[in-house]
Amino acid sequence: MSNHERTSTHMSLNERVVFEEGSPGRRAFDLPALDVPAKPVSEILDANLLREDLPGMPELSEVDVVRHFTRLSTWNYHIDLGLYPLGSCTMKYNPKINERIARLQGFTLAHPYLPAADIQGALEIQKALETCLAEISGMDAVTLQPAAGAHGELTGILMIRAYHESRGHPRKKILIPDSAHGTNPASAAISGYVIETVPSNIRGTVDLGRLAASVNEDVAAIMITNPNTLGIFESDIAKISELLHSRGALVYMDGANLNAMMGITRPGDFGVDVLHINLHKTFTTPHGGGGPGAGPVAVKKMLEPFLPYPVVAKTAEGAYFFEYERPQSIGKIKAYNGHFGMHLRALCYILANGAEGLKEASEIAVLNANYIRAKLKDTYALAYESPSLHEVVFSDRLQARKDVHVWDIGKRLIDYGFHPPTVSFPLIVPGAIMIEPTETESKQELDGFIEAMLAIAREADETPETVKTAPHTTRVGRIDEAAAARRPVLRWKPE
Amino acid sequence: MLAEIGADSIERLFSDIPENVRLRRLLNLPKALTEPELLDYFHARAAEVSGRGTPFIGAGIYRHHIPIIIDALISRSEFYTAYTPYQAEIAQGTLQAIFEFQTYIAQLTGMDVANASLYDGSTGLAEAVLMAQRISKKHKFLIARTVHPEYRAVVDTYAKNLGIHVELIEYAPDGRVDMDRLERQIGQDVAAVVVQSPNFFGTIEHTHDISELAHSRGALSIVNVCEAIALGILKPPGEDASEHRRADIVVGEAQSFGVPPSFGGPHVGFLATRERYIRQMPGRLVGLGRDYSGRPAFVLTLSTREQHIRREKATSNICTNQSLCALMATIYLATVGPKGLREICEHNILKADYAANEIRNRTRHRLIFSAPRFNEFVLKVQGQCSFGLSLSRFYPELGNAFLLCVTETARRHEIDAMVQRLAS
Repeated sequence: MSNHERTSTHMSLNERVVFEEGSPGRRAFDLPALDVPAKPVSEILDANLLREDLPGMPELSEVDVVRHFTRLSTWNYHIDLGLYPLGSCTMKYNPKINERIARLQGFTLAHPYLPAADIQGALEIQKALETCLAEISGMDAVTLQPAAGAHGELTGILMIRAYHESRGHPRKKILIPDSAHGTNPASAAISGYVIETVPSNIRGTVDLGRLAASVNEDVAAIMITNPNTLGIFESDIAKISELLHSRGALVYMDGANLNAMMGITRPGDFGVDVLHINLHKTFTTPHGGGGPGAGPVAVKKMLEPFLPYPVVAKTAEGAYFFEYERPQSIGKIKAYNGHFGMHLRALCYILANGAEGLKEASEIAVLNANYIRAKLKDTYALAYESPSLHEVVFSDRLQARKDVHVWDIGKRLIDYGFHPPTVSFPLIVPGAIMIEPTETESKQELDGFIEAMLAIAREADETPETVKTAPHTTRVGRIDEAAAARRPVLRWKPE
Repeated sequence: MLAEIGADSIERLFSDIPENVRLRRLLNLPKALTEPELLDYFHARAAEVSGRGTPFIGAGIYRHHIPIIIDALISRSEFYTAYTPYQAEIAQGTLQAIFEFQTYIAQLTGMDVANASLYDGSTGLAEAVLMAQRISKKHKFLIARTVHPEYRAVVDTYAKNLGIHVELIEYAPDGRVDMDRLERQIGQDVAAVVVQSPNFFGTIEHTHDISELAHSRGALSIVNVCEAIALGILKPPGEDASEHRRADIVVGEAQSFGVPPSFGGPHVGFLATRERYIRQMPGRLVGLGRDYSGRPAFVLTLSTREQHIRREKATSNICTNQSLCALMATIYLATVGPKGLREICEHNILKADYAANEIRNRTRHRLIFSAPRFNEFVLKVQGQCSFGLSLSRFYPELGNAFLLCVTETARRHEIDAMVQRLAS
């Protein structure tokens, strides 16, 4: 991009890509002098194995690097700045102590292939987290290996497949409610299953009658989210589990919404056989601008033999070790044993809260969502009348009369200083506005958000163009995504 | 707040949860700890992990010096507490950093484009195999036994329900892919040949010859990279004057670029490919576009490949990348620069070579592979060895063999002390 295209003349708002920065000869890093005998690399490696140069890599000073990335950082919205009401994402505050303990050198330098005697502290952390997650979810065993929620889904469905195979036949189908996250059908498909969609009823929950008609011996499992993506508890969940179990099928639960139920009810107690847990949602590991996350999977006893290997086990003498000999295991889902750095943060959060603290977190999360619901329900149309737990879903039906749509409302919120809610999901609600405030927001922050939403509704009525062209206060405006996708520019190249 | 809601208690808000599934006791968890107690607990656990100086272990996770400014910058909450950059107007920082990551990876691998990162190298390789299946519509893969054994295990887990058949390629006595056997194995039914360089034994494969052979039989060429630092000095798998000698997918792990070992994760996978395969790529992509006033702006793009649009027909079930770790890698590359990266590579090669020669000259142990290497080598050990990784689990046919790694962080006195211990 050339100079005249930049937004303003203020340096911090006009940072070029790093490849256009710096100057030949600048350095931000020096190695200690070589302390073994020096010789040309070409005496060790044949010249045809080597590259000639590193074209395009900029040469920068330490200040260049620090300024560049600091300037980029100022263009981001983030949880330390304010409310992130993204439904289904559970954007709660990330305690600072998590970051401190995850950086202790004993943990950061640990290599998983060190002898067991040298890694007892790390193995103990993993075991402690597994034990806590099993208790919170009411399950019997946990693997920490999956890297993210969708990765946990894949792990869980592969275990369900292995379970059925061990009983003679993998079965063919996975049932998925129409309100489910898109990852659910994608994960089931790469596990080799056919997907059958289960419709919701007028309450916004699984239609039990239609479900009963779909359950037969071809069904391997249902993948259900509870509370579902509308924030509604599937109050027939025990019946649903019984129905599936009566035909030999299993119940998989997407634990994206676990934040609504800690210490209040447990998936293992309402019939769930396999559950993935998003540590980056419920258990405060930071989202990092889109990863790393972590998606442990909790299972009932009969599925334990199929866990990915290795599992953290204990000798008769009480020493921890990685157990690799697991003949019925689905195999490895990732190298080593998961995102340990995230495990540390999640365990720290659980230990900081204890049983009472976690229960209170869920209670306040539900209180906050219901407060927003009460304050906005006369202005924005509720998608469903059923009681909300930790999130509430509205639609843009009333605002759409003036041709103001959910996307516009979200973008206008940016001008009021808030991140937009989840929009256009779940797919069964046209113009969905999905709001999850989480427990870490104060009443003042919620009131500010509510006032902004009410003001936007008035604008939608009186000056709809203001809303439809938002945001007006950001460094760049709305982006022509269609044009960007038609001619993708995915890397910098010298002009 | 309850009054506004019209509820008389918080308990009422949970009325849709049937009584028979309610938990009527407190969770059985340890008592809540205060900040000083948490610090005590985690310091004590960290102290139970012993680095024992330099353990000389690599095997896919490498100990390189991590410049201090990386942690200073990624500790900015603007980066680490931000969500996925779906709302581009207020996420330009994350988006531009990912665009820079994509560019660095494309440059280093010699490929046209790279994605926004994947969970890690092992799942990245599995995704590359699935991608090659989509492109080729063929289902047989030849994978070198010198590819990281845990990566191969992950490929098996992903592949087994998708009709993918994996055949292994044996290694020659010099520790590289046995080209004669590969030539006999590879027929027109092969979707792709998968090799790793430097391979699990630390030796450098003839990736360009292998790509040429694969292409001559109608197969794609996938090159896996566990030790990304080596990209700073080795000829990039994606670069050659002859189109036939270029890899089609270069996939791997970028942990070496400033990301700590952290007991196995989080690390950061990457996947780079040619322009013509962009729409078959898994994972997120950041593109440069324009806002409606014509200002340049970064945005997540080509999302019609992804699960939230395509559901079960998506190219992958992936819903995230490893943004923060990709940022670490980007800052690392910006910090070391082209000269620094080259010097780091030279120190790795020279120090590993020094260590190998010292062991050869001063101990009874034998280096069993003769091919050129980067920073790892395999020792056939007489008796005990308290360094490196025993290969008995992965390659039992090698007997009492150990994989040792020497990076630029190993000081000469540490190497000498290791050799001394091995000699005694």
